[in-house]
Amino acid sequence: MIWQLDLAILTLVIVTAIAAISVKDLLGCAILFGAYSFLMCLLWAIMAAVDVAFTEASVGAGVSTVFFVAAVFRTTRRTRD
Amino acid sequence: MKTAGLIIVILAGAILLYATQDFPPWGAPDSPASTHVSPRYLQKSMEETAVPNVVTSVLADYRGFDTMFETSVIFCAGIGCFALLRIFRKKPEDRYYRHIATEITLHIKGGRIPEKSSEFERIDALWTPYDLIIKTVCRILVPFIQLFALYVIAHGHHSPGGGFQGGVILGASMILIAISYNMRTAIARISEKTDNLLMATGVFIYAGIGTLCLILGANFLDYSGLSTILFSGPIMARSHGIFGVEIGVGITVMAVMISIYNNLASEGKQDEGL
Repeated sequence: MIWQLDLAILTLVIVTAIAAISVKDLLGCAILFGAYSFLMCLLWAIMAAVDVAFTEASVGAGVSTVFFVAAVFRTTRRTRD
Repeated sequence: MKTAGLIIVILAGAILLYATQDFPPWGAPDSPASTHVSPRYLQKSMEETAVPNVVTSVLADYRGFDTMFETSVIFCAGIGCFALLRIFRKKPEDRYYRHIATEITLHIKGGRIPEKSSEFERIDALWTPYDLIIKTVCRILVPFIQLFALYVIAHGHHSPGGGFQGGVILGASMILIAISYNMRTAIARISEKTDNLLMATGVFIYAGIGTLCLILGANFLDYSGLSTILFSGPIMARSHGIFGVEIGVGITVMAVMISIYNNLASEGKQDEGL
């Protein structure tokens, strides 16, 4: 593990996590969640858990983002709280 | 209320972070996990199952029950989305058609033009003009995505991957067709009935292989019992058994992903999508 890379990715994970729950636009939230999943995928890959990283990349960053976008498309784009 | 919740969350997080100090450090050789089970798998996996990727052999062979019920959970998720979202509406709805020669859009209320008409093309209510680049790129890309998905399933013995990942990629290729064309094009390729049948087929293949082992005199999901019908030794039979199980997982995951997307993006009507 390279600690500089680790630190950068962990910081970005926290930033995207906080941004995803605080942003008002739900479509942006879905995209941020995809970015969060992708950063988690990078973390798994750094920790040599390649199978988990692969699952995270395909399920978390890929398909679940599409599901969220589809759900936002069929409901409302703005959240009230 | 919001501040109280924030304080509770921060406190709980601080306690959790404090508790992680008791964990052994990352990758420590003297941690309980890497002193008892891991060496056993790492040393014996290759000679017992002939699978170089230890993760695959643990997931599909040593911990076969886990993976079987994970597949069942995904199946239940698909069934749950179907039960919650799917609506069978009989009354005719507004439909939009486009006259292909003149590009005039027709809005038909409560009726329909014969579907097989070559002069008119059904379009979605939230229709955006087709982008030639997007359509062509997706059409060329989809076979490669599907080929890669099959590779991921079949090569799970040697490289990262397996039924779950390959199934998700297969499902994503069909979702790509639904997004780039329209939902009816995707449903024409895999109909709703086929999709729901495939959802059950995958779990059936997994449990069926386990039961086959039981019938042939071994334990449930002990693939070495399959050696009599696969004409190979018990070690290669375990390798082949893992492959069969991965195929079952892949089929279920693919069908569930397509089903959830179709129900979600079309408000359960399976007609007009994203």
